[in-house]
Amino acid sequence: MSMPLIRVQDLHTSFFTDSGEVCAVNGVSFDLDHGEILGIVGESGSGKSVTAYSIMQILASTGKIVDGHIYYKGEDITQWKDKQMRDFRGKCCSIIFQDPMTSLNPVFTIGNQLIEAITLHTDKKGKEAKTRAAELLELVGINEPLRRLKQYPYELSGGMRQRVMIAMALACEPDILIADEPTTALDVTIQAQILELMQKLQKEMGMAVILVTHDLGVIASMCDNIIVMYGGRICERGTAHEIFYNPKHEYTKGLLRSIPNVTRMKEKLVPILGTPINMLNLPAGCSFCARCDNAMKICLTEKPEEISINENHKASCWMNIRDAVMAEGGNTDE
Amino acid sequence: MSDILLEVKDLKQHFPIRTGFFKKTPLKAVDGVSFTIGKGETLGLVGESGCGKTTVGRSILRLYEPTAGQVFFDGEEVTGHNIQAMRKKMQMVFQDPYSSLDPRMTVEDIIGEPLDVHNLYSNKKERREKILELMNYVGLNSEHATRYAHEFSGGQRQRIGIARALAVDPQFIVCDEPVSALDVSIQAQVINMFEELQEKLGVAYLFIAHDLLVVHHISKRIAVMYLGKIVELADADELNENPLHPYTQSLLSAVPIPDPDIARSRQRIVLEGDVPSPLHMPSGCPFRTRCQYATEQCALECPTLTDRGNGHLSACFNR
Repeated sequence: MSMPLIRVQDLHTSFFTDSGEVCAVNGVSFDLDHGEILGIVGESGSGKSVTAYSIMQILASTGKIVDGHIYYKGEDITQWKDKQMRDFRGKCCSIIFQDPMTSLNPVFTIGNQLIEAITLHTDKKGKEAKTRAAELLELVGINEPLRRLKQYPYELSGGMRQRVMIAMALACEPDILIADEPTTALDVTIQAQILELMQKLQKEMGMAVILVTHDLGVIASMCDNIIVMYGGRICERGTAHEIFYNPKHEYTKGLLRSIPNVTRMKEKLVPILGTPINMLNLPAGCSFCARCDNAMKICLTEKPEEISINENHKASCWMNIRDAVMAEGGNTDE
Repeated sequence: MSDILLEVKDLKQHFPIRTGFFKKTPLKAVDGVSFTIGKGETLGLVGESGCGKTTVGRSILRLYEPTAGQVFFDGEEVTGHNIQAMRKKMQMVFQDPYSSLDPRMTVEDIIGEPLDVHNLYSNKKERREKILELMNYVGLNSEHATRYAHEFSGGQRQRIGIARALAVDPQFIVCDEPVSALDVSIQAQVINMFEELQEKLGVAYLFIAHDLLVVHHISKRIAVMYLGKIVELADADELNENPLHPYTQSLLSAVPIPDPDIARSRQRIVLEGDVPSPLHMPSGCPFRTRCQYATEQCALECPTLTDRGNGHLSACFNR
């Protein structure tokens, strides 16, 4: 078997706050292959962004990877020194943030910021770097690139700024692009433009993309594989087809029931009851059990292990484990 | 027709913006909008940010004084009428459940304030009973009446906002993006509550949102706005199956559909460019700068909203 581009193994990331340790990510493992588009979906506080930030090691000062490994082409980057990580960011892996309004520096021109990224990470200098910057702007579909280089972020619209962010992220042709809610702050028609651009660039450059979002619609149209997260853990993973048409975890099922269905528009929505869990105070068992309609006794006390539904699909839910045991004719005394 | 609860006629809302030292240019946030809402009906209002959908809602309630146009509520003109009496019948639920509740007031006082303003109780006991009843109505634990807004989650705060709107027993509520700040699983809870309240109380909604799937789900009819004008208005299913205006067509095709097969097989109509600034509106049809069907006529005159059969209104020369 060939080596995956990124292998995340049993990642635990915590934030040490005044009110205690917040375990934002609790044992997340996944592989990302060359040229794959992986979607991570979950509600706010599910740990999806923290997982992405952990790969880049750009956590807030209170955050720390407390356990687990992240391998990039077989090397454990959690052991890398700051200098090595600086090279990793930009050259191997870059990120686009949610809010294009705040992720660009308002007091520098677009050109300034774009050229900075190029000179830091490649050996292009001066004029060469400027030409490259203009090329990049053209690549992301911005007209009159030379004029734009002299403009400040406030002179551009939200969609344009997100294009500049993408240009910056692609400056060194990274192997991995992490997009953290890249279109959440944008309007639908602009969102469609940006998603189309990302798909096109991904095909041309062949990089791997991790798309972090809460929007199931964006995930459905973009991703090959999907990871569903809740309470800092992966509840279900599989191909887009498996997750949407054959969900096996109660949380995924609940999520899909709680959004309006295109084919049955006027049907009543079935919400997930209760409120998201408090990350300061994680339950001993399955993190979703407090909101699950089909929770069993064992869900309260023990964390479910991940089992394979089929070769493209895994879920961590006691219901599936029970069904699997029953299919084998075993005793199911819960 | 007596079924009409609210009628908006050629509503205009212009804001003077300083564009030079002495120069002021009117920003036409809403420019001639007309529609009606029936009793107990939900009209969805969709459009991109800056198209004026929130301003329409606010102008109806006279949170802004409209520049021109009329609003009739139950046959009476709202513009020029006593606002306080009108606001007993019309209420609003705001988008952001974090900034629309006073952090220094208890839930009891927040929900009780409209009761105080409109003198809807004879003694303290009655006031408290009404508040507790409202809290139960929207699914809040009535034991939490003495808590402050910050002690609640986003979904619960939105429920407080809805209870406050319901306190005066209104016939019409403007819901301005009431679910867009909430997580998906909580969104469904609040949407269901809106629907249940409508069944029980027969209240009508103007449901403003940018999420077309949610709007389609909750609304009977949908109006699509672009740069201060309604470009299409039709029955919700009709609009989704048979959109006539090119803007509606591209808007619908851009909505990410949570179904991989449909999402990958359909054709996206991707619009070029951005929405023009409302300070520098294009002449004629506001959409012509991004429209693939634009002709010379579109630059000269602005198309009006005309009926294309079965109450399906569209404002376009070519489609």
